[in-house]
Amino acid sequence: MPAIEQTVRSLLLTELAVGLGVTFKQIFKRKATLNYPYEKGMLSPRFRGEHALRRYPNGEERCIACKLCEAICPAQAITIEAEPREDGSRRTTRYDIDMVKCIYCGFCQEACPVDAIVEGPNFEFAAETREELLYNKEKLLDNGDRWEREIAANLSAEAPYR
Amino acid sequence: MAEAGVWSTYFYPLFLTIGYILAIVVPLMLVLAFITYFERKVWAAIQLRKGPNVVGPFGLLQPVADGIKCLFKETIVPAGANRMLFVLAPMVTFSLGLIGWAVIPFDEHLVLADLNVGLLYLFAVSSLGVYGIIIAGWASNSKYAFLGALRSAAQMVSYEVSIGFVLVTVLLCVGSLNLNAIVEAQRGLWFFIPLFPMFVIYFVSALAETNRTPFDLPEAEGELVAGYQVEYSSMTWLLFMMGEYANIVLLSGLSVILFLGGWLPPFHVEPLMAVPGVVWFLLKTAVVVFFFTWTRATLPRYRYDQLMRLGWKVFLPASLAMVVIVAGALHAFDWLPR
Amino acid sequence: MIIQTIMFYVLAVVTVGAGVMVIASRNPVHSVLFLILAFFNSAGLFVMMGAEFLAMILIIVYVGAVAVLFLFVVMMLNINFAELRAGFLQYLPIGGVIGIILLAELVLVFASGAIDIEVPTNVASPTPPADAVTNTQALGDVLYTRYAYLFQGAGFILLIAMVGAIVLTHRRRADVRRQRIADQVARDPKTAVQVTDIEPGAEGTWKSD
Repeated sequence: MPAIEQTVRSLLLTELAVGLGVTFKQIFKRKATLNYPYEKGMLSPRFRGEHALRRYPNGEERCIACKLCEAICPAQAITIEAEPREDGSRRTTRYDIDMVKCIYCGFCQEACPVDAIVEGPNFEFAAETREELLYNKEKLLDNGDRWEREIAANLSAEAPYR
Repeated sequence: MAEAGVWSTYFYPLFLTIGYILAIVVPLMLVLAFITYFERKVWAAIQLRKGPNVVGPFGLLQPVADGIKCLFKETIVPAGANRMLFVLAPMVTFSLGLIGWAVIPFDEHLVLADLNVGLLYLFAVSSLGVYGIIIAGWASNSKYAFLGALRSAAQMVSYEVSIGFVLVTVLLCVGSLNLNAIVEAQRGLWFFIPLFPMFVIYFVSALAETNRTPFDLPEAEGELVAGYQVEYSSMTWLLFMMGEYANIVLLSGLSVILFLGGWLPPFHVEPLMAVPGVVWFLLKTAVVVFFFTWTRATLPRYRYDQLMRLGWKVFLPASLAMVVIVAGALHAFDWLPR
Repeated sequence: MIIQTIMFYVLAVVTVGAGVMVIASRNPVHSVLFLILAFFNSAGLFVMMGAEFLAMILIIVYVGAVAVLFLFVVMMLNINFAELRAGFLQYLPIGGVIGIILLAELVLVFASGAIDIEVPTNVASPTPPADAVTNTQALGDVLYTRYAYLFQGAGFILLIAMVGAIVLTHRRRADVRRQRIADQVARDPKTAVQVTDIEPGAEGTWKSD
């Protein structure tokens, strides 16, 4: 009997019909498309995007040139040079990140004792030339100023788990 | 006096015919362009996406953008290619996609050439379709293109056989090779009801004939990059695509004429009868084209040996048997057309 | 009428020219393509004679199927043409003699008046008048009545040739595992999956098919 049933079913192409039915039903379902760039998906507070150097609320830069980030960076994308400032505090004179080398692992952020270097939520920093992706200290600080609100919110959201 | 005679016997009909041809070809080209849009929207809908929606309202200008993009690219002829045949191949494909429309009856008397052998003409045109592909594959002087062309040649020749038998059954029921007569014969009952198995065989063979999924082995991108069109770019590639889509629409139109009652309304009731036949014809063709896209979004590609098995070991005996059965039934119940 | 005459000469000249090029062209693929051109133009000539059925059949059978297979084979062959042409001059004399003999025979036959050009019109032909029925129907009427046995006989000969070719070339190889689609489709969870209760650590009894 099953042989007959099998033959009848394959002759009537039931499986094809079922498959076509499945795909036809999809037409009326809600679309999953996000209309990027007008709509964007949810980002986790842990999202590791474009780097930024943060400042203290009084405007002083956080980075103390401990070079832990430079040391831990697996892609060796960070270059730091430092010397004491006139007021005796130790600050960087150069803080470069080669965004082309960077693998966005987030180790720099983990290593930083003062939460100075962080990976912000921005992921739309594509550039037309390679040179634009060689970030210097000025650019990173600028990023920090621009994204401070989001970065601070993300850090405080993550604080309980650290 | 003599001048007027020459004008009315030669030039006037010539210009009239050219006018008719333009009246068919220009809307057809527009349809071909927008079929790409239609297909992408259908696939998108089935895959829960939105499809093209950026260029113009609802993305309606997407085909125009694509066309312009193709026009402005460079036609690259490979160094080892046979230049003349390389350029000829897409032209062959494209013009074969267009000349079939000469005999398609859009309405009762709306046909460019009402041939007595219209069905044979269409069959001949579809059997020539393989040339564009095989010439392209050979002239490209590339192994992917060549393999794609070989596959395609074998595939199209195989499935033509079963299409031929399908046409024969329809002929038996009509008793004429004229496409108008075939449509007229379906006034009572569309042929896809009594000849449903043949309709299925025809549709599947048409998929194979036009190299569409699940039978798109000639351009199987997983193995052959793009098959016979690997080396083509810009306008030549565009001609291939247009030819392919023209063929799809042509075979859809043919299936409408053979099985779905051509320009006849589905029921002979007043509001439906008032709609012009062209609308019915185009509507039905659009439904068949939708089937083409729908199957493409549903089914995975066949393996080559499975394709050949289906063509020669399943469809050929099945369609041959159906020819015998239909002929026998027509004879036994005295249903033969007069 | 003038248009028809011009068309006839165009088609005829292209047919003959393409025929010559089939022999003359160096590349065999070009030869096949010229052959196709010749077929097309012959089909055009058929159409001009009002034999559109024959024209379509010529295109479907010869161009659509036979020439495709020619092209298929020729494209895959890797022939050394210089080698092929090496013996050309050697065979020229005997080929020329055969050609001259054939020509002489034809001339003799026509000159002797054995073929009367008027004959076809005088013989009671089974062909119905061209304006009464389409030529498709006329052809069918003759083929399936007067020549039915010959027609069927020709069909059988072709069938036997086809079957013979398949029998001669088809071989069953023992070292190839063939796919049996029906068996695969007929498999269901009952035959495909086997649930076995195995004692931990014990030697499992594993049945395999």
